[in-house]
Formats: sequence, structure tokens, C-alpha cells
Amino acid sequence: MSASLQKGMNALKEVIDAPVASYFSSCVHCGLCADACLFYQETGDPKYTPIHKVEPLRRVYEQEYTLLGRLGKLLGLAKPVTDEELDEWQELVYDSCTMCGRCSMVCPVGNDIVYMVRKLREGMAVSGHVPDGIKGATKRTVEIGGPMGLKWPAVANVIKKAEAATGLTIPVDKEGAEYLVLLSSMEIVNYPEYLEALAKIFNKAGISFTLASDAFEATNAGIQIGASDLAKVIVSRIVNSAEKLKVKRVLSPECGHAYMAIRWEGPNLIGRPYNFEVVHVLELLDDLRKKGVLKMKDKFKDPLILHDPCQIVRRGGVLEAPEPLIQAVAENYIPVVDKQKWNWCCGGGGGASAIHTEEAEALRAKAFRIKKRQIEESGVNTMVTFCANCRIVIEEGFDHYEMNTQLLGLTELLAEHLED
Amino acid sequence: MNEMQFLTWVRGPGLDIAIGIFLLGVLWRLIEIYTLGRKQDVAPGRQRDGASGLHTVFRRSVPPPGMVRKSPVTYIGGYVFHIGLAIIVFLFAPHIALIRDLTGLSWPGLPSQFVDLVTVVTMAAMVVVLFDRINKPAKRYLSTFQDWFTWTLTFLPVLTGWMAVQHLLLPYTTMLALHILSVELLLIFLPFTKLFHTFTVFGSRWYLGKINGHRGVPV
Repeated sequence: MSASLQKGMNALKEVIDAPVASYFSSCVHCGLCADACLFYQETGDPKYTPIHKVEPLRRVYEQEYTLLGRLGKLLGLAKPVTDEELDEWQELVYDSCTMCGRCSMVCPVGNDIVYMVRKLREGMAVSGHVPDGIKGATKRTVEIGGPMGLKWPAVANVIKKAEAATGLTIPVDKEGAEYLVLLSSMEIVNYPEYLEALAKIFNKAGISFTLASDAFEATNAGIQIGASDLAKVIVSRIVNSAEKLKVKRVLSPECGHAYMAIRWEGPNLIGRPYNFEVVHVLELLDDLRKKGVLKMKDKFKDPLILHDPCQIVRRGGVLEAPEPLIQAVAENYIPVVDKQKWNWCCGGGGGASAIHTEEAEALRAKAFRIKKRQIEESGVNTMVTFCANCRIVIEEGFDHYEMNTQLLGLTELLAEHLED
Repeated sequence: MNEMQFLTWVRGPGLDIAIGIFLLGVLWRLIEIYTLGRKQDVAPGRQRDGASGLHTVFRRSVPPPGMVRKSPVTYIGGYVFHIGLAIIVFLFAPHIALIRDLTGLSWPGLPSQFVDLVTVVTMAAMVVVLFDRINKPAKRYLSTFQDWFTWTLTFLPVLTGWMAVQHLLLPYTTMLALHILSVELLLIFLPFTKLFHTFTVFGSRWYLGKINGHRGVPV
């Protein structure tokens, strides 16, 4: 066994806990999880059945933690996990799993399959069976600061432009502000309007905020790749900066995996609760709406549907904020059948959108047909969402299928129609 | 060994051995699984009605929206044979008598004609889900020797019990002995195969509900 594989096996042994043991002991191979997975739905290929994606983890569990499995291993009857096998599984664990968690919603025996995929990724990362795209994004995040390799000057530039566009001051490194605003690289590069929208809304609500020059990136490629040690380094930047600036709250951007990383995984990575609260931007906006601060001057007229990002809604628990917000700004909001915690993934979460092999891109395009159908069946030309990564993936899907659909970010849409 | 001796053995030492392995196996497996524990989640939780371990233990007995249409055989067949098995095992008068002899506990049973009907329906449902396992790509892909083996282990007691009551094929004594033997095999293998979900299903659902409930998501 290679040294890296040994490390990978040790990592897997370490992450196996009572829930994992209980889940594997409960699986009856009913295959219902396949019906919940967008990759199986759109390809019909049974290798994409979610529980099958964690097969290497199951075997490690069986061979290390069950009496019969250990006996089998002793007698040489067990089939060991090999590098070749993990290589083959890379596609199943990364390309074709966005950690959307829909499978965990349907399993009749209650198996949290996405919980197990997250754990399997720890072993995949340590043993080196990770797609180059995600590896690169993680390396850039650790070494430079963000998955796209952006440095502070790029952010400062966006801030300057936002200040010019709004006529408002956007504070940087201001101690004692109520909110520390985080961004995702995708917002900095592709959707700079997000920051303008926020500045307008904070100003309107009279809430103080700041950005931090040493912690602006909210996404955490360490979590997507499955390397807890790197994830910890990345999240610690935000924690240190927020605690140094003594902010009351940290504002997670729309980006889904960023929210998962900072709100739910972060405290567990550093091993303690924070001295501040983490709020998703939609939670803040809905709170302002309830207080009557978020008044609209007019509404968006065209019919539209909403795409609920998995990590914010189904997995993150921001369940109730999106709909009232969209209803506040859209005259013609059409709810889709599978909405809120039942929504279908865009196809590129969990780091998948960073994988640029031909196969991965073709698979993503196939998986996107599920969103395409939702749009066509609703008969709309506009879709709104609130995750920078979903936006990139959906735009790519629109391009691929040459669709004439426009995609809007919820925060910007709200800011655009905000009363002056 | 004649058929009477066979029956005496399966009723006596055979049953003792099977129940012994079953009880020790269940205990061992439960310890093996649940003493692994899990790390405490230190992220401050979010409260939401219906988001808890206990809620999910019950909620997962009901199919999620749209799923019955996607896998009608799995759901309908699954319900029928699970409920059927429960009725046969716990509400057939001779079974209640056995449980009374072993534990002192007893309760009223159902008329045997009704249990007969339930048995036939249960066997039919089991055959249908077996065909679905062969027919449905995801299920067939997941299937291993254990899936066919445990199906057989579950089916045989139902079949032999029904044949004994109906006096089919073999003399009653022999069929009854075979019935008891098949139950003993089922008991012996249950803790060490996927059939153990009869116990862990509650723990799994509870963990799922608890882990997601911490984030405020009722699953």
C-alpha cells in the first residue's frame, strides 16, 4: 500500500462515527436515493446511485469496525480499498456529487448520505484522488487567499467602483462595526453589483459595516475538497479578523458553500463557537423586510421562478427568508413544484463547477436539463437565485442550451427596486 | 432422525441456540455501532418546529412528495410486506402462544383465515419487490449476494409457515419443523446482515433528524 493510500485509509478510519456505522448497517439497497439524485435522474446510469458513491467508505467501515468484517480481513477474504478503486471513484465523489443532500431527504431508513460523502472526501483528499480543478482552487485559496487567486487590490478596485456608483463610503478594516461583510471571489469578479446593493441596503437601514483587507473571501475550497486541515486554515482567517475587528456579526454572502463553511462547519473546524454571530445575507434582508426598512419603490414585472441553492436552503436551514423576499420585489413570482428544501441542484455545487475536464463539463450540462425543464414548464424567461456559484453554473447551462433566459441575483434585484 | 425427533430438536436446542445467537448478536452489533459515538456539533444551532431526531424517526415512515410516483413498487410493495410480516409474526394466534410461553406476555390475535389472506398477500408483495430488484436499474446495480440471501431468509419462514397451516406438500410435522428451522436461520443471520435495519433504522433516522435539525432543517 502506498504511503498516501495508507494516510487516506487512516483519515477514513478517523471520520467513521456512530451515525456512519448506523447508516451502513441500515441500508437495504432499495435504490430510492437514485430517484433523488440529479445525476442519476438525467443520465439513468446506476453508478450514480448516491449510496454507491460511498462504497469505499462502507468497506473501510466493515473491515475496521465490525466483528465479521475484521474476521474476514484476518482471513484474507476482504476486498481492500485500492488506489485504482479510489481513482475510479473520484468521478463519483466529485464530478457527479455536488453534495446537494437531496438523497438524504428521501432515504427511507434515514441515511444521511451526503454526510457520508463529505467524510469520504476527507480520505480522497489525503490519498490524492481529487480532480485537478478543485486541487488548484484549494491551493490558490490557501496560498493567495481565494479560489480564483484574487488578491486584495482586486477587491479594493471593486470597492472603489461601488463607492463611485452609489456615492456611499464603503469602510475597510473599521473596528467595532456591526457587520463584517464577506464576499466570494465570483462576486468580486462576475457580480460586483452585489457590493453596491449591500452598501445601499446597509445605508438605508442605518447599520454599520466593514470589509476586512485580510479576510474578504468567504468560500472555503478546503471543505469542498474534503481537507479539514486546510479548511481550518481558511476559516481561521475570517475568525481572526472578525474577532480582531470586534464585529458583532459576520455577513455570509449569497454563495452557498461559503455559508455552509462559515456558519456550520467553521466552529467545528476550529473546535469552539465564535465570539460573533454568522448571518446569511438573506436572513438579514428578511429581517429588515419584517422591520419595514426594506421598502420597494416598484416591482419586477416579468414572471419568474426561484432557484433555491442547496447549501443555503436545504442544507443551511435558511428556509423561510427567500420566498417573502422574492414576493416583496416580484409581481409575478411562480413557485416551482420542487422548491425550498426539495429544490434540484444547479449541478455544479460542492466544488464540481471547478472541474473542467471534458467529461465533467458534459455531465454538468446533462444534469442541467433538470433546471432547463423547470424553466420551460413554468413558461418564464427569468430565474432568480442567491448563490454566486449557482449563477455561474446556470449561466453556463443557458449558454450550452442557447436559452434566452435571464438570471438575476436576489440581493441585487432587491437593491434595484429599493425605495430611494 | 425421524420427523418427530427433528421437530423436537428445532423446538428445543435449535431454538435455544438461535435465540442465543440472535440476542448476543443484536447486543454486540448495537454496542459495536453506537459506542463509536460522534463529535459534538459546536456551531450554535437553529431552532425550528419539526426539526429533531424524534420527528424524523416518524416522518421517514411516510414517503416524501413525488417519490411514490417514481418508485411505486418499492413503496407500495414495501409497505405491504412490512405490515404483512408484522401482522403474521405478532398477531397469529400460535405465534402469540409461543411468545407467551417464552416471555409470559400475551395479547389477542386475529382470526386465522384473515392471517392466511395476509400471508398470501405478503408473499405476493415479496415476489413483486424481488422482481423490482431485478428490473429496476439502480436496485439491480446495488444488489449483492446478501440481497438475494436475505430475501430468501425472510421469505422461507412465511412460505413454510403458510404451507404447514395449509397442509401442503409435506406432512404437517415435517413442514412445521422446517418452518421453525427457517425462522432460526433468520434469527441467526439477522444481526449480521442488512436485516439488522430492523434495529438500526431508528438510530439512523434519529441521527439524520438530529444532525439536520441542528441546522433548522426538518428532514
